[in-house]
Amino acid sequence: MTLLLGALTLGLIMSLIALGVYVSFRIFGLADITVDGSLTFGAAVTAVLIVVHGVNPALATAAGFAAGVVAGCATGLLQTRFRIDPLLSGILVMTALYSVNLRVMGRSNIPFLGATTLATWSERLARRGLGAGDVALFGWSVNGQDLALLGLIAAIVALAAGALYWFFRTDIGTAMRASGDNAQMIRALGANVEAYRVVGLALSNGLVGLAGSLWAQYQSFADAQMGIGMIVWGLASVIIGQALTGAPSLGYAIVGTVLGSVLFRLLVAIALGFGLNPNDLKLITALFVFVALVLPSALARLPWDRQRWARRSEPAEVPT
Amino acid sequence: MIRLREVEKTFHAGTVNEVRALRRVSLEISDAAFVVVLGTNGSGKSTLLNALAGSFPLDAGTIELDGSDVTRWPEHRRARFIGRVFQNPFSGTAPAMSIAENFALAMRRGRRRGLGWALPRSLRRELAERVCSLKMGLEDRLDTAIGTLSGGQRQALTLLMATWLRPRLLLLDEHTAALDPKSADQVIRLTEEIVTRDRLTTLMVTHSMQQAVNLGERIVMMHRGAVVHDAAGPDKHRLRVDDLLARFEDIRRRELLDPTAAELLAAAYV
Repeated sequence: MTLLLGALTLGLIMSLIALGVYVSFRIFGLADITVDGSLTFGAAVTAVLIVVHGVNPALATAAGFAAGVVAGCATGLLQTRFRIDPLLSGILVMTALYSVNLRVMGRSNIPFLGATTLATWSERLARRGLGAGDVALFGWSVNGQDLALLGLIAAIVALAAGALYWFFRTDIGTAMRASGDNAQMIRALGANVEAYRVVGLALSNGLVGLAGSLWAQYQSFADAQMGIGMIVWGLASVIIGQALTGAPSLGYAIVGTVLGSVLFRLLVAIALGFGLNPNDLKLITALFVFVALVLPSALARLPWDRQRWARRSEPAEVPT
Repeated sequence: MIRLREVEKTFHAGTVNEVRALRRVSLEISDAAFVVVLGTNGSGKSTLLNALAGSFPLDAGTIELDGSDVTRWPEHRRARFIGRVFQNPFSGTAPAMSIAENFALAMRRGRRRGLGWALPRSLRRELAERVCSLKMGLEDRLDTAIGTLSGGQRQALTLLMATWLRPRLLLLDEHTAALDPKSADQVIRLTEEIVTRDRLTTLMVTHSMQQAVNLGERIVMMHRGAVVHDAAGPDKHRLRVDDLLARFEDIRRRELLDPTAAELLAAAYV
């Protein structure tokens, strides 16, 4: 049960990465690898603020979000102001962030030890509300502190997902979605597509920075390596989420992305429980994303699906 | 009033692919004029529209819109004054978004976009009424992704979107060229209806001679990036398809005569 609770908590934390990747990948159609750096950046900033400067953990978490925003802005500006290829922009910022993170932390790993974090806050809350021992939940006995932390993380994720949904339904958010869908059209309707790209990537990486901040507090340390491969994790979650909900509508997509991340984490926890070598995890994640990307067109090429094949072979676009 | 002065644009300057797309084009368009721009492929008619819309910076010349010099304005800033419909029916709408959301975007053309709800109830009602006027049965499908509609439907919606907030200038870039004849006819009729009703200043590019003859009150013929003929009022109304064809034939023949041959002839006979 502790294992399940842990997987749920980590899955929810990582769903913030998935939401960030949803913004860059689904809305702007970019694979933004800045994520790998901004996750660590968020964690590093939070860790230093809490451990070295003794800052209030809520503030330090917000600073982790802000760190991600800064990273996203950098990538956005490289793409728009300096017209660098989107993939390369992400690689440049990610690489630069590696050094920045080491500079910020001063070493490659900062343990929180006894420092006050959001995790200690939720522990205190649990002790006051639920008592010191275990809590009975659906017949299982569960550690109250773990449960409180899960509740806190779930609340933060719900808040972030709700805010994201609300934002993308406003005038500015709708225009941002359109700028990824058809830039020519929304430019003709008076939107500064480049500015939207920067704001969108800032938002995306802000969410990832927040995830890094929460993750570090959850595992009680920040590490320079923790961001590696996180873009692929996010992609996998987005893809699973889409398979779960199917609908392209915004609300379903956002909920699906969160569920996708949690489900993927649960699967991974189970596989690890059955003796999967943790070193193979990133290989498996990458293979999963590969299969998910290739499968739809491979299926369409099978002979039993003639109708779909016929539809695919039609000219996709009217010649101009 | 729209005024173009000595507008120049060369693409790929200094390379083998150099194209002088606009050569010192000067044009004045009075308010509420419906101008048809006619020309062969590569004559610069679409470039002219893109220059007005601000898709690229000019090499030389100025563009004035209602007295303000917009030459240096980026495209998204000019959008406040300009409504556009593109040749490709896929260009004017955001395919993954619903009809209603596309209209919500058009509602704020050139205005500030803030954190207000993009699709308030009041807008939906107004929208259903307007879309109903198209008689395409789309008013019940406002939440359908626009990408699932046909080219004709999308082009009609794009036209409605472009003119929802009355633009000072409407740019139509061969907006029926990619449609089947029936849809093209429908969109042209809709165009005429909206342009006349709202008295819109309109520039319509076409290479259908028939459309050029039937529509508008002024015709501008372009060739190789320059205006070669400009007919308005009674002159325009007297023009028939044959006249237009004859003019193009004229231009073509003049061109067949290459400069060295022309010099020889001039030396021999003048």
